[in-house]
Amino acid sequence: MPVESIFPRLEPLLPRVQKPIQYVGGELNSQTKDWAEAEVRWALMYPDAYEVGLPNQGVQILYEILNERPGVLAERTYSVWPDLEALMREHGIPQFTVDAHRPVAAFDVLGVSFSTELGYTNLLTALDLAGIPLEAADRGDEHPIVLAGGHAAFNPEPIADFLDAAVLGDGEQIVLAITEVVREWKAEGSPGGRDELLLRLAASGGVYVPRFFDVSYLPDGRIQRVAPNRPGVPFQVAKHTVMDLDEWPYPKRPLVPLAETVHERYSVEIFRGCTRGCRFCQAGMITRPVRERSITTIGAMVEQGLAASGLNEVGLLSLSSADHSEIGEVAKDLADRYEGTRTSLSLPSTRVDAFNITLANEFSRGGRRSGLTFAPEGGSERMRKVINKMVSEDDLIRTVTTAYENGWRQVKLYFMCGLPTEADEDVLAIADMARRVIQAGREATGRRDIRCTVSIGGFVPKPHTPFQWAAQCDHETVDRRLRALKDTLRRDREYGKAIGLRYHDGKPSIIEGLLSRGDRRVGKVIRAVWEDGGRFDGWSEHFSYERWAGCAEKALAGEPVDLDWYTVRERAEVEVLPWDHLDAGLDREWLWQDWQDAIDETEVEDCRWTPCYDCGVCPTMGTEIQIGPTGKRLLPLSVVQSG
Amino acid sequence: MPEGPAPAPVIQRLRVHYAKRGRLRFTSHRDISRAVERAVRRAGIPVAYSAGFTPHPKISYAGAAATGVASEAEYLEIGLTGTRDPAQVRADLDAALPAGLDILDVVQVPEARGGAEQHRPEPITERLQASEWRIRLDGVTVDAAASAVAAFMAAPEIEVERLTKKGRRRFDVRAAVFACGLDRRATEATDVPCAILRMVVRHTTPVVRPDDVLTGLRQVADLAPPSPPLVTRLAQGPLDADTGELADPLDPDRDAVPPGVAALAGVSPALTRSADTAGEDVVSTRP
Repeated sequence: MPVESIFPRLEPLLPRVQKPIQYVGGELNSQTKDWAEAEVRWALMYPDAYEVGLPNQGVQILYEILNERPGVLAERTYSVWPDLEALMREHGIPQFTVDAHRPVAAFDVLGVSFSTELGYTNLLTALDLAGIPLEAADRGDEHPIVLAGGHAAFNPEPIADFLDAAVLGDGEQIVLAITEVVREWKAEGSPGGRDELLLRLAASGGVYVPRFFDVSYLPDGRIQRVAPNRPGVPFQVAKHTVMDLDEWPYPKRPLVPLAETVHERYSVEIFRGCTRGCRFCQAGMITRPVRERSITTIGAMVEQGLAASGLNEVGLLSLSSADHSEIGEVAKDLADRYEGTRTSLSLPSTRVDAFNITLANEFSRGGRRSGLTFAPEGGSERMRKVINKMVSEDDLIRTVTTAYENGWRQVKLYFMCGLPTEADEDVLAIADMARRVIQAGREATGRRDIRCTVSIGGFVPKPHTPFQWAAQCDHETVDRRLRALKDTLRRDREYGKAIGLRYHDGKPSIIEGLLSRGDRRVGKVIRAVWEDGGRFDGWSEHFSYERWAGCAEKALAGEPVDLDWYTVRERAEVEVLPWDHLDAGLDREWLWQDWQDAIDETEVEDCRWTPCYDCGVCPTMGTEIQIGPTGKRLLPLSVVQSG
Repeated sequence: MPEGPAPAPVIQRLRVHYAKRGRLRFTSHRDISRAVERAVRRAGIPVAYSAGFTPHPKISYAGAAATGVASEAEYLEIGLTGTRDPAQVRADLDAALPAGLDILDVVQVPEARGGAEQHRPEPITERLQASEWRIRLDGVTVDAAASAVAAFMAAPEIEVERLTKKGRRRFDVRAAVFACGLDRRATEATDVPCAILRMVVRHTTPVVRPDDVLTGLRQVADLAPPSPPLVTRLAQGPLDADTGELADPLDPDRDAVPPGVAALAGVSPALTRSADTAGEDVVSTRP
């Protein structure tokens, strides 16, 4: 069956929508392969607007890896804004890929990357526009396999009804393994239809197929049991871990859009995983162990990526970038290589204790010293012990003092509100810390133009973390504490004007909490919200707490559970959690012990430089910590100028 | 705060004629400037930077066509810290840009080196006195379009209202329209029912855009196309008030380049509009 581009039908609608260029495709380094020659065809989706989705590393990496393979084709699709959605419905235009504008329903697999749970309603919009039945149970052999990945896929239960499958962990190798299963099954003439294909994927133990697991509940609403309902389907589904990042140096040729996007830089992941052990941090727990990319591969990727893209900013990404064992050498050598080329380097996610001024100077060589960002996360020493963010206030003051002495004028500090065991004074301590920061800056420089911006996010307990059992703080309490903090800063005549405060109200965090720790019954809520018009929940102008709360009440009316039950309720050790059959490698007993340590304000060291504390990941997953130093250095580039 | 050395001076200035075609007409001006900056880096063209806290590449744009409007005649000027063959820059830059943003011509700006200010060539914006537009109106009959154009051209003044950055503004669109007519041959050549207009519009303040003219057509003759018009800028340049022709705005630079450099730059083809204008049957009325 020939699959034609829908672009001729889309084009006349584009003058009528905002930012039409986002729907046009044609990005530098994008590719369009021959449809007929491909044996396996993937549509990769990031369920948010193009400007957010295009820079996503996960999608770019998989897009390139899949398209490199002969016989495999991958195209991308993003959420369309409501203005285009309405026109597409009016004119009968299906969800399309931006590469060749092919209808998403024509692909073999629709892979959706969920960085956050707030993209769930956008998944439903895309499925509906694509003409794919929303519920997996209603799909036939002619429909794509709808597959979720990304961090939110570590608990895909709230969207289990809408998914055919989910994968946990690093995608590089598993997308190729899935491709092979699909290829073989198609080559055999698709025996047994959709069910057989899903069974083959599930039997591997590396792909979670929700329909092959039954969930039963206790009368009080808790889960009684989750168990496979088919022979050959393992009880546990394991996450995937790429052990040698040097073997997977992607993206090699980053996609460069014409439209403006949230990040306009070439990003290189310098390591994956983190063992700092911050208890709130799901990313740090589910991406263990630490695996570094070598300085030589980083250098080669930066060189190739910049040449292929024309970008002039490089971001060295990881969960705590200054922790790379050779970060000093990486920074100095890259700064040397690109000196005078107007290429800027940035190091997002730097810990206060790993920061050093030599490093900061390398990154800002010849450039601007606009601002430094640190994340103490908790305002009081006690709070930081609970969350295992082992940064002392004196460390922070020492660090910012050095930064101010070296020419920086502005420091940004990130905190969370609503953490387990938090009291009002823990939040008010944020004000004390910000005052000390300003005071230190004024003393160090003798100037009055020192600024400090405090950004506060609401804490959401996440699956596979020690806080997975915790009661989420209700939004009234969060809002009250934030108001008190704001009032304290406003009343401060000496420092108040030098401190900026940014925060959101606590309601969105409650919905994020529902979606993070929800089970399959939450699917009804998501569907009700979507049917009521819920879209783009990550955008404050589209998000409606009232809609979510109202739909939760209606959809869960016949159940012994409600919004509060999923969010502000503390769980006991024995309770079966919705994601217990999904294995991130973490030992459940260790997580519980770490939760108890949190309550006792006991800290745990980083296993990279202290003995193993048995979180369980390495033995379970057959992995190990991979860190340098390699002792290698980057040589200067011989730049060949054209013309 | 690191002050750093002064940026390298501009040694050569190039004027670039480019087109914005097909689906790339949906790029905004900001999209284009980012794409050009990246293409310049990828092509290894030694662009000069401004001094200051946030140095910017010295690339300036003249009167860019709006988002959604295609153009065969856009212009930018770029300052280089070294000397490059304009023909080579044309090829390299074109190769580094996505298909649809196409470089048509590059000429060197003759520099009055160390000379008096009055010998410097005028800014290109001074030469861009008028634009020629082609507007395809789908679902509009030729007769309806022809009578609307006739009514429009017969009117002494047509006030329209548009939301500008300074709020609602009323202005006359008629005076800026030098010529406007129906392109019957182009209309007949398409297989969709439509009417294709051609018009020459002077660049005035406030600028009269094709959609302002369409607003005017609706006001004088109730011409209301059922779908958004397909607008293409065909040319920009100095207007010959006798012939109604627009000259190539890069001609004066090409003519002024001394013989030695001309050999280098000679590869650049002059702007030709013959393909576009051949067999044109424009019903043209002048004010």
